[in-house]
Amino acid sequence: MPARRPRARGPSGWMEPLLLLLPAAVIFCAFFVLPLARLVLIGGSGSLGWAAYAVALTDPRYLASLLSTILLAATTTLATLTLATVSGVFLSRHRFSGRQFLVSLLTLPLAFPGVVIGFMVIMLGGRQGLLPSMTDALFNERWVFAYSMTGLFVGYLYFSIPRTILTIMASAEKLDPRIEEAARSLGAGPLRIALDVIVPALKPALVAAGAICFATAMGAFGTAFTLATRINVLPMVIYTEFTLQANIAMAAALSFVLGAITWAALALARSVSGNSVAAAG
Amino acid sequence: MSQTPTRPIADRTPLPSHRPPVSATYWLQLVVTVILCVFLILPVFLSILAGLTVNYFEGWTSGLTTVWLAKVIDEYSNSIGLSLQIAIACLACTLALGVPAAYALYRTSSRIGRIVEELLVMPIAVPGLATALALIVTFGGWGELRQSWVFILIGHVLFTLPFMTRSVLAVMSSIDLNAFEEAARSLGASFWQRMAHVVLPNCKGGIVAGSLMVLTLSLGEFNMTLLLHTPLTRTLPIGLADAYASLRLEVGSAYTVVFFVLVIPLLIALQRATARSK
Repeated sequence: MPARRPRARGPSGWMEPLLLLLPAAVIFCAFFVLPLARLVLIGGSGSLGWAAYAVALTDPRYLASLLSTILLAATTTLATLTLATVSGVFLSRHRFSGRQFLVSLLTLPLAFPGVVIGFMVIMLGGRQGLLPSMTDALFNERWVFAYSMTGLFVGYLYFSIPRTILTIMASAEKLDPRIEEAARSLGAGPLRIALDVIVPALKPALVAAGAICFATAMGAFGTAFTLATRINVLPMVIYTEFTLQANIAMAAALSFVLGAITWAALALARSVSGNSVAAAG
Repeated sequence: MSQTPTRPIADRTPLPSHRPPVSATYWLQLVVTVILCVFLILPVFLSILAGLTVNYFEGWTSGLTTVWLAKVIDEYSNSIGLSLQIAIACLACTLALGVPAAYALYRTSSRIGRIVEELLVMPIAVPGLATALALIVTFGGWGELRQSWVFILIGHVLFTLPFMTRSVLAVMSSIDLNAFEEAARSLGASFWQRMAHVVLPNCKGGIVAGSLMVLTLSLGEFNMTLLLHTPLTRTLPIGLADAYASLRLEVGSAYTVVFFVLVIPLLIALQRATARSK
Protein backbone atom coordinates (compact mmCIF):
# COMPACT_ATOMS: atom_id res chain seq x y z
CA MET A 1 0.00 0.00 0.00
CA PRO A 2 1.63 3.25 -1.07
CA ALA A 3 2.08 5.76 1.71
CA ARG A 4 -0.01 8.81 1.18
CA ARG A 5 2.49 11.44 0.25
CA PRO A 6 2.06 15.10 1.05
CA ARG A 7 0.74 17.25 -1.72
CA ALA A 8 3.93 18.22 -3.47
CA ARG A 9 3.90 21.80 -4.54
CA GLY A 10 7.10 21.75 -6.46
CA PRO A 11 9.97 24.17 -6.63
CA SER A 12 9.25 24.87 -10.31
CA GLY A 13 6.42 24.77 -12.82
CA TRP A 14 4.40 21.82 -13.98
CA MET A 15 5.91 21.65 -17.46
CA GLU A 16 9.03 19.64 -16.66
CA PRO A 17 7.27 16.94 -14.62
CA LEU A 18 4.70 16.50 -17.38
CA LEU A 19 7.46 16.23 -19.96
CA LEU A 20 9.17 13.60 -17.84
CA LEU A 21 6.02 11.52 -17.59
CA LEU A 22 5.40 11.66 -21.32
CA PRO A 23 7.73 8.84 -22.53
CA ALA A 24 6.34 6.34 -20.02
CA ALA A 25 2.79 7.44 -20.81
CA VAL A 26 3.26 7.04 -24.57
CA ILE A 27 4.78 3.56 -24.25
CA PHE A 28 2.10 2.59 -21.77
CA CYS A 29 -0.77 3.73 -24.01
CA ALA A 30 0.69 2.24 -27.17
CA PHE A 31 1.60 -1.16 -25.75
CA PHE A 32 -0.88 -1.66 -22.94
CA VAL A 33 -4.03 0.45 -23.11
CA LEU A 34 -4.51 0.14 -26.86
CA PRO A 35 -3.81 -3.61 -27.05
CA LEU A 36 -6.12 -4.31 -24.12
CA ALA A 37 -8.91 -2.32 -25.79
CA ARG A 38 -8.25 -4.32 -28.93
CA LEU A 39 -8.43 -7.54 -26.93
CA VAL A 40 -11.86 -6.58 -25.60
CA LEU A 41 -13.07 -5.96 -29.17
CA ILE A 42 -11.62 -9.24 -30.42
CA GLY A 43 -13.39 -11.04 -27.59
CA GLY A 44 -16.68 -9.90 -29.15
CA SER A 45 -15.73 -10.61 -32.75
CA GLY A 46 -15.74 -14.43 -32.78
CA SER A 47 -18.44 -16.75 -34.08
CA LEU A 48 -20.45 -16.00 -30.93
CA GLY A 49 -20.17 -12.22 -31.14
CA TRP A 50 -20.50 -10.30 -27.90
CA ALA A 51 -22.27 -13.31 -26.42
CA ALA A 52 -18.77 -14.76 -25.96
CA TYR A 53 -18.51 -12.78 -22.73
CA ALA A 54 -21.75 -14.28 -21.46
CA VAL A 55 -20.60 -17.75 -22.52
CA ALA A 56 -17.28 -17.21 -20.71
CA LEU A 57 -19.27 -16.79 -17.52
CA THR A 58 -22.05 -19.33 -18.03
CA ASP A 59 -20.75 -22.26 -20.09
CA PRO A 60 -20.47 -25.14 -17.57
CA ARG A 61 -16.91 -26.00 -18.60
CA TYR A 62 -15.60 -22.44 -18.25
CA LEU A 63 -17.69 -21.81 -15.16
CA ALA A 64 -16.28 -24.92 -13.47
CA SER A 65 -12.71 -23.85 -14.11
CA LEU A 66 -13.49 -20.28 -13.07
CA LEU A 67 -14.97 -21.48 -9.78
CA SER A 68 -12.14 -23.91 -9.06
CA THR A 69 -9.62 -21.12 -9.79
CA ILE A 70 -11.40 -18.78 -7.38
CA LEU A 71 -11.61 -21.54 -4.76
CA LEU A 72 -7.92 -22.33 -5.14
CA ALA A 73 -6.95 -18.65 -4.95
CA ALA A 74 -9.11 -18.10 -1.86
CA THR A 75 -7.71 -21.17 -0.08
CA THR A 76 -4.16 -20.11 -0.93
CA THR A 77 -4.83 -16.61 0.38
CA LEU A 78 -6.29 -17.85 3.65
CA ALA A 79 -3.50 -20.36 4.28
CA THR A 80 -0.78 -17.86 3.33
CA LEU A 81 -2.17 -15.14 5.56
CA THR A 82 -2.47 -17.48 8.54
CA LEU A 83 1.04 -18.90 8.26
CA ALA A 84 2.68 -15.61 7.33
CA THR A 85 1.00 -13.78 10.21
CA VAL A 86 2.15 -16.34 12.76
CA SER A 87 5.68 -16.17 11.46
CA GLY A 88 5.81 -12.47 10.53
CA VAL A 89 4.54 -11.24 13.91
CA PHE A 90 6.97 -13.59 15.63
CA LEU A 91 9.94 -12.34 13.61
CA SER A 92 9.13 -8.69 14.12
CA ARG A 93 8.52 -9.17 17.86
CA HIS A 94 11.49 -11.18 18.96
CA ARG A 95 15.21 -10.65 18.61
CA PHE A 96 17.35 -13.77 18.84
CA SER A 97 20.53 -15.00 17.26
CA GLY A 98 19.80 -16.45 13.84
CA ARG A 99 16.74 -14.27 13.35
CA GLN A 100 18.24 -12.32 10.46
CA PHE A 101 19.27 -15.60 8.87
CA LEU A 102 15.71 -16.94 9.10
CA VAL A 103 14.38 -13.71 7.57
CA SER A 104 16.78 -13.90 4.65
CA LEU A 105 15.90 -17.55 4.03
CA LEU A 106 12.17 -16.78 4.15
CA THR A 107 12.44 -13.91 1.68
CA LEU A 108 14.98 -15.46 -0.67
CA PRO A 109 12.40 -17.00 -3.07
CA LEU A 110 10.74 -13.57 -3.35
CA ALA A 111 10.96 -13.33 -7.11
CA PHE A 112 11.24 -16.95 -8.21
CA PRO A 113 9.19 -17.39 -11.39
CA GLY A 114 6.21 -19.72 -11.51
CA VAL A 115 7.97 -22.34 -13.63
CA VAL A 116 10.79 -22.68 -11.12
CA ILE A 117 8.27 -22.86 -8.27
CA GLY A 118 6.52 -25.65 -10.14
CA PHE A 119 9.81 -27.50 -10.23
CA MET A 120 10.30 -26.88 -6.50
CA VAL A 121 6.94 -28.60 -5.94
CA ILE A 122 8.10 -31.49 -8.13
CA MET A 123 11.24 -31.79 -5.99
CA LEU A 124 8.99 -32.05 -2.93
CA GLY A 125 6.06 -34.10 -4.19
CA GLY A 126 6.80 -35.30 -7.71
CA ARG A 127 7.41 -38.88 -8.88
CA GLN A 128 11.01 -38.77 -7.61
CA GLY A 129 10.24 -36.15 -4.98
CA LEU A 130 11.20 -36.10 -1.33
CA LEU A 131 7.84 -36.84 0.25
CA PRO A 132 6.92 -39.76 -2.05
CA SER A 133 10.35 -41.31 -1.40
CA MET A 134 9.84 -40.92 2.33
CA THR A 135 6.33 -42.36 2.34
CA ASP A 136 7.60 -45.18 0.12
CA ALA A 137 10.24 -46.07 2.69
CA LEU A 138 7.79 -45.76 5.59
CA PHE A 139 4.48 -47.11 4.31
CA ASN A 140 5.49 -48.69 1.01
CA GLU A 141 3.29 -46.22 -0.82
CA ARG A 142 4.42 -43.27 -2.97
CA TRP A 143 2.38 -40.26 -1.99
CA VAL A 144 2.71 -38.11 -5.12
CA PHE A 145 0.83 -34.81 -4.89
CA ALA A 146 2.66 -32.52 -7.29
CA TYR A 147 0.65 -33.02 -10.48
CA SER A 148 -2.73 -31.99 -9.11
CA MET A 149 -4.66 -29.17 -7.50
CA THR A 150 -2.80 -29.93 -4.24
CA GLY A 151 0.51 -29.42 -6.00
CA LEU A 152 -0.70 -26.14 -7.40
CA PHE A 153 -1.84 -25.07 -3.93
CA VAL A 154 1.58 -25.91 -2.47
CA GLY A 155 3.23 -23.97 -5.31
CA TYR A 156 1.13 -20.85 -4.77
CA LEU A 157 1.83 -21.07 -1.05
CA TYR A 158 5.53 -21.15 -1.88
CA PHE A 159 5.10 -18.16 -4.16
CA SER A 160 3.06 -16.03 -1.75
CA ILE A 161 4.70 -16.64 1.62
CA PRO A 162 7.89 -14.57 1.15
CA ARG A 163 6.16 -11.39 0.01
CA THR A 164 3.33 -11.73 2.55
CA ILE A 165 5.77 -12.20 5.42
CA LEU A 166 7.61 -9.04 4.34
CA THR A 167 4.40 -6.99 4.31
CA ILE A 168 3.25 -8.34 7.67
CA MET A 169 6.65 -7.84 9.30
CA ALA A 170 6.75 -4.22 8.17
CA SER A 171 3.28 -3.64 9.59
CA ALA A 172 3.88 -5.58 12.83
CA GLU A 173 6.95 -3.45 13.62
CA LYS A 174 4.53 -0.61 14.22
CA LEU A 175 2.32 -2.50 16.70
CA ASP A 176 2.55 -1.41 20.29
CA PRO A 177 3.42 -4.48 22.42
CA ARG A 178 1.95 -2.72 25.44
CA ILE A 179 -1.58 -3.17 24.13
CA GLU A 180 -1.00 -6.90 24.02
CA GLU A 181 0.41 -6.87 27.52
CA ALA A 182 -2.62 -4.98 28.69
CA ALA A 183 -4.83 -7.66 27.14
CA ARG A 184 -2.69 -10.36 28.70
CA SER A 185 -2.83 -8.79 32.14
CA LEU A 186 -6.61 -8.63 31.76
CA GLY A 187 -6.58 -12.38 31.34
CA ALA A 188 -6.80 -12.88 27.57
CA GLY A 189 -5.27 -16.08 26.24
CA PRO A 190 -2.87 -16.17 23.25
CA LEU A 191 -5.65 -16.99 20.78
CA ARG A 192 -7.87 -14.18 22.06
CA ILE A 193 -4.97 -11.74 21.84
CA ALA A 194 -4.18 -12.88 18.30
CA LEU A 195 -7.78 -12.55 17.11
CA ASP A 196 -8.86 -9.47 19.07
CA VAL A 197 -5.67 -7.41 19.23
CA ILE A 198 -3.12 -8.40 16.60
CA VAL A 199 -5.34 -9.26 13.62
CA PRO A 200 -7.43 -6.03 13.81
CA ALA A 201 -4.25 -3.95 14.12
CA LEU A 202 -2.71 -5.69 11.12
CA LYS A 203 -5.88 -5.50 9.05
CA PRO A 204 -4.69 -3.02 6.40
CA ALA A 205 -1.56 -5.09 5.79
CA LEU A 206 -3.52 -8.34 5.77
CA VAL A 207 -6.05 -7.03 3.27
CA ALA A 208 -3.37 -5.59 0.99
CA ALA A 209 -1.18 -8.71 1.12
CA GLY A 210 -4.21 -10.97 0.80
CA ALA A 211 -5.42 -9.16 -2.30
CA ILE A 212 -2.05 -9.48 -4.01
CA CYS A 213 -1.92 -13.12 -3.00
CA PHE A 214 -5.41 -13.74 -4.42
CA ALA A 215 -4.70 -11.88 -7.65
CA THR A 216 -1.45 -13.72 -8.33
CA ALA A 217 -3.01 -17.09 -7.55
CA MET A 218 -5.83 -16.27 -9.99
CA GLY A 219 -3.59 -15.25 -12.85
CA ALA A 220 -0.43 -17.28 -12.28
CA PHE A 221 0.30 -19.66 -15.06
CA GLY A 222 3.92 -20.86 -14.97
CA THR A 223 3.40 -23.21 -12.02
CA ALA A 224 0.34 -24.88 -13.54
CA PHE A 225 2.17 -25.14 -16.86
CA THR A 226 5.09 -26.96 -15.22
CA LEU A 227 3.00 -29.28 -13.05
CA ALA A 228 0.40 -30.53 -15.50
CA THR A 229 -1.55 -29.24 -18.44
CA ARG A 230 -4.59 -31.12 -17.15
CA ILE A 231 -5.10 -28.98 -14.04
CA ASN A 232 -8.36 -27.19 -14.69
CA VAL A 233 -7.63 -23.57 -13.81
CA LEU A 234 -8.65 -20.58 -15.89
CA PRO A 235 -5.19 -19.46 -17.12
CA MET A 236 -4.61 -23.01 -18.35
CA VAL A 237 -7.98 -23.01 -20.17
CA ILE A 238 -7.11 -19.68 -21.83
CA TYR A 239 -3.78 -21.06 -22.98
CA THR A 240 -5.43 -24.17 -24.40
CA GLU A 241 -8.15 -22.15 -26.19
CA PHE A 242 -5.49 -19.95 -27.75
CA THR A 243 -2.87 -22.50 -28.78
CA LEU A 244 -4.66 -25.78 -29.33
CA GLN A 245 -8.16 -24.65 -30.33
CA ALA A 246 -6.96 -21.43 -32.00
CA ASN A 247 -10.12 -19.89 -30.56
CA ILE A 248 -8.71 -16.41 -30.16
CA ALA A 249 -12.03 -14.71 -29.47
CA MET A 250 -12.89 -17.08 -26.62
CA ALA A 251 -9.36 -16.81 -25.20
CA ALA A 252 -9.70 -13.02 -25.32
CA ALA A 253 -13.08 -13.05 -23.60
CA LEU A 254 -11.82 -15.39 -20.88
CA SER A 255 -8.68 -13.28 -20.37
CA PHE A 256 -10.88 -10.26 -19.97
CA VAL A 257 -12.97 -12.01 -17.31
CA LEU A 258 -9.82 -13.16 -15.50
CA GLY A 259 -8.23 -9.70 -15.69
CA ALA A 260 -11.42 -8.04 -14.45
CA ILE A 261 -11.61 -10.37 -11.42
CA THR A 262 -8.00 -9.86 -10.37
CA TRP A 263 -8.19 -6.13 -10.90
CA ALA A 264 -11.44 -5.92 -8.93
CA ALA A 265 -9.90 -7.91 -6.05
CA LEU A 266 -7.01 -5.45 -5.86
CA ALA A 267 -9.22 -2.37 -6.18
CA LEU A 268 -11.61 -3.68 -3.53
CA ALA A 269 -8.73 -4.34 -1.15
CA ARG A 270 -7.41 -0.82 -1.64
CA SER A 271 -10.76 0.73 -0.84
CA VAL A 272 -11.19 -1.54 2.20
CA SER A 273 -7.73 -1.12 3.66
CA GLY A 274 -8.08 2.64 3.26
CA ASN A 275 -10.95 2.91 5.75
CA SER A 276 -11.08 0.02 8.15
CA VAL A 277 -14.50 -1.59 8.49
CA ALA A 278 -15.81 -5.18 8.13
CA ALA A 279 -13.94 -8.43 8.37
CA ALA A 280 -10.37 -8.95 7.24
CA GLY A 281 -8.90 -11.75 5.12
CA MET B 1 17.72 -19.22 19.97
CA SER B 2 16.87 -19.50 23.63
CA GLN B 3 17.15 -15.85 24.57
CA THR B 4 14.13 -14.24 26.09
CA PRO B 5 12.12 -12.21 23.59
CA THR B 6 12.77 -8.49 23.63
CA ARG B 7 10.78 -5.63 22.29
CA PRO B 8 11.78 -3.83 19.08
CA ILE B 9 14.93 -1.74 19.47
CA ALA B 10 13.02 1.41 18.67
CA ASP B 11 10.91 0.92 21.75
CA ARG B 12 13.26 0.45 24.67
CA THR B 13 11.47 2.61 27.21
CA PRO B 14 11.23 0.73 30.49
CA LEU B 15 7.96 -1.05 30.96
CA PRO B 16 6.08 -0.82 34.20
CA SER B 17 5.04 -4.46 34.05
CA HIS B 18 7.25 -7.53 33.78
CA ARG B 19 8.26 -9.00 30.44
CA PRO B 20 6.13 -11.82 29.06
CA PRO B 21 7.68 -15.18 29.86
CA VAL B 22 8.87 -17.47 27.05
CA SER B 23 5.60 -19.27 26.52
CA ALA B 24 4.24 -22.15 24.55
CA THR B 25 3.05 -19.59 21.99
CA TYR B 26 6.64 -18.49 21.49
CA TRP B 27 7.77 -22.00 20.68
CA LEU B 28 4.75 -22.66 18.49
CA GLN B 29 5.49 -19.56 16.44
CA LEU B 30 9.16 -20.48 16.20
CA VAL B 31 8.26 -23.97 15.00
CA VAL B 32 5.92 -22.58 12.31
CA THR B 33 8.65 -20.16 11.19
CA VAL B 34 11.28 -22.88 10.99
CA ILE B 35 8.91 -25.20 9.10
CA LEU B 36 8.21 -22.41 6.59
CA CYS B 37 11.95 -21.88 6.17
CA VAL B 38 12.50 -25.57 5.51
CA PHE B 39 9.56 -25.63 3.09
CA LEU B 40 11.04 -22.73 1.10
CA ILE B 41 14.71 -23.68 1.16
CA LEU B 42 14.73 -27.48 1.10
CA PRO B 43 13.55 -27.83 -2.53
CA VAL B 44 16.21 -25.30 -3.57
CA PHE B 45 18.87 -27.53 -2.02
CA LEU B 46 17.30 -30.69 -3.44
CA SER B 47 17.34 -29.28 -6.95
CA ILE B 48 20.95 -28.11 -6.63
CA LEU B 49 21.84 -31.59 -5.38
CA ALA B 50 19.91 -33.26 -8.19
CA GLY B 51 21.60 -31.07 -10.77
CA LEU B 52 25.00 -32.21 -9.58
CA THR B 53 24.43 -35.94 -8.98
CA VAL B 54 24.99 -38.69 -11.51
CA ASN B 55 21.67 -40.36 -10.77
CA TYR B 56 19.22 -38.63 -8.44
CA PHE B 57 17.06 -41.72 -8.08
CA GLU B 58 19.99 -43.62 -6.58
CA GLY B 59 20.91 -40.62 -4.46
CA TRP B 60 24.13 -38.72 -4.02
CA THR B 61 26.02 -41.97 -3.44
CA SER B 62 26.00 -42.38 -7.22
CA GLY B 63 28.57 -39.58 -7.31
CA LEU B 64 28.75 -35.90 -8.14
CA THR B 65 29.12 -34.63 -11.66
CA THR B 66 29.03 -31.49 -13.77
CA VAL B 67 27.93 -33.40 -16.88
CA TRP B 68 24.36 -32.13 -16.60
CA LEU B 69 25.48 -28.54 -16.16
CA ALA B 70 27.70 -28.81 -19.21
CA LYS B 71 24.84 -30.32 -21.20
CA VAL B 72 22.50 -27.47 -20.22
CA ILE B 73 25.03 -24.77 -21.02
CA ASP B 74 25.79 -26.47 -24.30
CA GLU B 75 22.15 -26.85 -25.35
CA TYR B 76 20.63 -23.70 -23.94
CA SER B 77 23.41 -21.11 -24.07
CA ASN B 78 21.40 -19.17 -26.67
CA SER B 79 18.37 -18.92 -24.40
CA ILE B 80 20.52 -17.93 -21.44
CA GLY B 81 22.28 -15.26 -23.50
CA LEU B 82 19.01 -13.92 -24.86
CA SER B 83 17.55 -13.67 -21.36
CA LEU B 84 20.55 -11.68 -20.13
CA GLN B 85 20.28 -9.42 -23.19
CA ILE B 86 16.58 -8.80 -22.61
CA ALA B 87 17.07 -8.24 -18.88
CA ILE B 88 19.74 -5.60 -19.47
CA ALA B 89 17.74 -3.89 -22.21
CA CYS B 90 14.69 -4.00 -19.97
CA LEU B 91 16.67 -2.38 -17.16
CA ALA B 92 17.81 0.40 -19.51
CA CYS B 93 14.22 1.02 -20.63
CA THR B 94 12.75 1.04 -17.13
CA LEU B 95 15.49 3.41 -15.94
CA ALA B 96 14.88 5.77 -18.85
CA LEU B 97 11.08 5.63 -18.51
CA GLY B 98 10.45 4.82 -14.87
CA VAL B 99 12.76 7.16 -12.97
CA PRO B 100 11.54 10.34 -14.74
CA ALA B 101 7.96 9.07 -14.39
CA ALA B 102 8.45 8.56 -10.64
CA TYR B 103 9.70 12.14 -10.33
CA ALA B 104 6.77 13.44 -12.34
CA LEU B 105 4.33 11.49 -10.16
CA TYR B 106 6.00 12.86 -7.04
CA ARG B 107 5.62 16.40 -8.29
CA THR B 108 2.10 16.31 -9.70
CA SER B 109 -0.86 16.91 -7.44
CA SER B 110 -1.61 13.87 -5.34
CA ARG B 111 -5.02 13.21 -6.95
CA ILE B 112 -3.88 13.03 -10.57
CA GLY B 113 -0.69 11.36 -9.42
CA ARG B 114 -2.65 8.59 -7.74
CA ILE B 115 -4.79 7.97 -10.82
CA VAL B 116 -1.74 7.74 -13.09
CA GLU B 117 0.06 5.57 -10.56
CA GLU B 118 -2.97 3.29 -10.42
CA LEU B 119 -2.91 2.97 -14.21
CA LEU B 120 0.82 2.28 -14.34
CA VAL B 121 0.42 -0.57 -11.86
CA MET B 122 -2.26 -2.25 -14.00
CA PRO B 123 0.20 -4.50 -15.88
CA ILE B 124 0.86 -6.25 -12.55
CA ALA B 125 -2.84 -6.62 -11.78
CA VAL B 126 -3.82 -7.89 -15.22
CA PRO B 127 -2.55 -11.47 -15.72
CA GLY B 128 0.49 -11.68 -17.99
CA LEU B 129 -1.36 -14.12 -20.22
CA ALA B 130 -3.98 -11.46 -21.01
CA THR B 131 -1.39 -8.75 -21.66
CA ALA B 132 0.52 -11.06 -23.97
CA LEU B 133 -2.65 -11.99 -25.87
CA ALA B 134 -3.46 -8.30 -26.22
CA LEU B 135 0.00 -7.57 -27.65
CA ILE B 136 -0.32 -10.48 -30.07
CA VAL B 137 -3.75 -9.53 -31.42
CA THR B 138 -2.55 -5.94 -31.87
CA PHE B 139 1.00 -6.31 -33.15
CA GLY B 140 1.11 -9.95 -34.19
CA GLY B 141 0.67 -8.91 -37.82
CA TRP B 142 3.84 -6.81 -37.79
CA GLY B 143 6.04 -9.69 -38.90
CA GLU B 144 9.41 -8.19 -38.09
CA LEU B 145 8.42 -7.02 -34.63
CA ARG B 146 6.68 -10.34 -33.91
CA GLN B 147 9.79 -12.31 -34.89
CA SER B 148 12.19 -10.13 -32.95
CA TRP B 149 13.30 -10.25 -29.33
CA VAL B 150 12.05 -6.65 -28.97
CA PHE B 151 8.51 -8.06 -28.84
CA ILE B 152 9.43 -9.92 -25.63
CA LEU B 153 11.23 -6.82 -24.36
CA ILE B 154 8.03 -4.77 -24.68
CA GLY B 155 6.17 -7.24 -22.48
CA HIS B 156 8.94 -7.27 -19.89
CA VAL B 157 9.12 -3.46 -19.78
CA LEU B 158 5.35 -3.20 -19.20
CA PHE B 159 5.51 -5.73 -16.39
CA THR B 160 8.62 -4.38 -14.63
CA LEU B 161 8.09 -0.63 -15.06
CA PRO B 162 5.75 -0.33 -12.03
CA PHE B 163 8.37 -1.94 -9.79
CA MET B 164 10.95 0.66 -10.78
CA THR B 165 8.53 3.58 -10.49
CA ARG B 166 7.21 2.51 -7.09
CA SER B 167 10.63 1.79 -5.67
CA VAL B 168 11.92 5.26 -6.66
CA LEU B 169 8.69 6.99 -5.66
CA ALA B 170 8.81 5.36 -2.21
CA VAL B 171 12.28 6.82 -1.59
CA MET B 172 11.23 10.24 -2.88
CA SER B 173 8.27 10.29 -0.52
CA SER B 174 10.29 9.12 2.48
CA ILE B 175 12.93 11.87 2.19
CA ASP B 176 11.95 15.51 1.97
CA LEU B 177 12.99 15.92 -1.63
CA ASN B 178 11.01 19.12 -2.06
CA ALA B 179 13.02 20.88 0.63
CA PHE B 180 16.31 19.79 -0.94
CA GLU B 181 15.19 20.99 -4.35
CA GLU B 182 13.92 24.26 -2.96
CA ALA B 183 17.28 24.85 -1.32
CA ALA B 184 19.11 24.05 -4.57
CA ARG B 185 16.81 26.32 -6.53
CA SER B 186 17.27 29.24 -4.16
CA LEU B 187 20.99 28.85 -4.79
CA GLY B 188 20.31 29.26 -8.49
CA ALA B 189 20.44 25.63 -9.69
CA SER B 190 18.54 25.03 -12.93
CA PHE B 191 16.05 22.20 -13.37
CA TRP B 192 18.58 19.87 -14.98
CA GLN B 193 21.26 20.75 -12.43
CA ARG B 194 18.85 19.89 -9.65
CA MET B 195 18.03 16.63 -11.40
CA ALA B 196 21.66 15.59 -11.74
CA HIS B 197 22.98 16.80 -8.39
CA VAL B 198 20.03 16.63 -6.03
CA VAL B 199 17.24 14.35 -7.21
CA LEU B 200 19.14 11.41 -8.68
CA PRO B 201 21.84 11.09 -5.97
CA ASN B 202 19.19 11.19 -3.26
CA CYS B 203 17.09 8.50 -4.93
CA LYS B 204 20.03 6.17 -5.49
CA GLY B 205 18.78 3.60 -2.98
CA GLY B 206 15.40 3.33 -4.67
CA ILE B 207 16.96 3.16 -8.11
CA VAL B 208 19.32 0.36 -7.06
CA ALA B 209 16.54 -1.66 -5.39
CA GLY B 210 14.25 -1.10 -8.40
CA SER B 211 17.00 -2.14 -10.82
CA LEU B 212 17.70 -5.38 -8.98
CA MET B 213 13.99 -6.18 -8.95
CA VAL B 214 13.66 -5.43 -12.67
CA LEU B 215 16.61 -7.67 -13.56
CA THR B 216 15.31 -10.52 -11.40
CA LEU B 217 11.78 -10.32 -12.74
CA SER B 218 12.86 -10.03 -16.36
CA LEU B 219 15.19 -13.02 -16.07
CA GLY B 220 12.34 -15.14 -14.68
CA GLU B 221 9.37 -13.80 -16.67
CA PHE B 222 7.38 -16.66 -18.14
CA ASN B 223 3.66 -15.87 -18.24
CA MET B 224 3.93 -13.36 -21.08
CA THR B 225 7.06 -14.72 -22.69
CA LEU B 226 5.50 -18.11 -23.36
CA LEU B 227 3.06 -16.48 -25.79
CA LEU B 228 5.38 -13.73 -27.05
CA HIS B 229 8.37 -15.90 -27.95
CA THR B 230 9.07 -17.60 -31.26
CA PRO B 231 11.25 -20.70 -31.80
CA LEU B 232 14.13 -18.33 -32.49
CA THR B 233 13.58 -16.13 -29.45
CA ARG B 234 13.47 -18.61 -26.58
CA THR B 235 14.41 -17.19 -23.20
CA LEU B 236 15.84 -18.96 -20.18
CA PRO B 237 12.49 -19.68 -18.45
CA ILE B 238 11.02 -21.04 -21.70
CA GLY B 239 14.01 -23.38 -21.89
CA LEU B 240 13.43 -24.30 -18.25
CA ALA B 241 9.82 -25.28 -18.89
CA ASP B 242 10.97 -27.28 -21.90
CA ALA B 243 13.65 -29.05 -19.87
CA TYR B 244 11.20 -29.83 -17.04
CA ALA B 245 8.71 -31.27 -19.47
CA SER B 246 10.90 -33.32 -21.72
CA LEU B 247 14.27 -34.07 -20.16
CA ARG B 248 15.34 -36.13 -17.19
CA LEU B 249 15.14 -34.67 -13.70
CA GLU B 250 18.90 -34.16 -13.42
CA VAL B 251 18.98 -31.93 -16.51
CA GLY B 252 16.00 -29.88 -15.34
CA SER B 253 17.75 -29.49 -12.00
CA ALA B 254 21.03 -28.47 -13.59
CA TYR B 255 19.18 -25.86 -15.62
CA THR B 256 17.57 -24.63 -12.40
CA VAL B 257 21.06 -24.37 -10.88
CA VAL B 258 22.07 -22.11 -13.78
CA PHE B 259 19.02 -19.96 -13.12
CA PHE B 260 19.83 -19.79 -9.39
CA VAL B 261 23.42 -18.78 -10.13
CA LEU B 262 22.08 -15.83 -12.12
CA VAL B 263 19.22 -14.82 -9.85
CA ILE B 264 20.20 -15.58 -6.25
CA PRO B 265 23.05 -12.99 -6.14
CA LEU B 266 20.52 -10.42 -7.40
CA LEU B 267 18.02 -11.42 -4.70
CA ILE B 268 20.65 -11.26 -1.95
CA ALA B 269 21.77 -7.83 -3.19
CA LEU B 270 18.10 -6.80 -3.18
CA GLN B 271 17.74 -7.91 0.46
CA ARG B 272 20.82 -5.86 1.34
CA ALA B 273 19.60 -2.82 -0.58
CA THR B 274 16.17 -2.81 1.07
CA ALA B 275 17.70 -3.45 4.52
CA ARG B 276 19.99 -0.44 4.06
CA SER B 277 17.18 1.86 2.98
CA LYS B 278 15.25 1.14 6.21
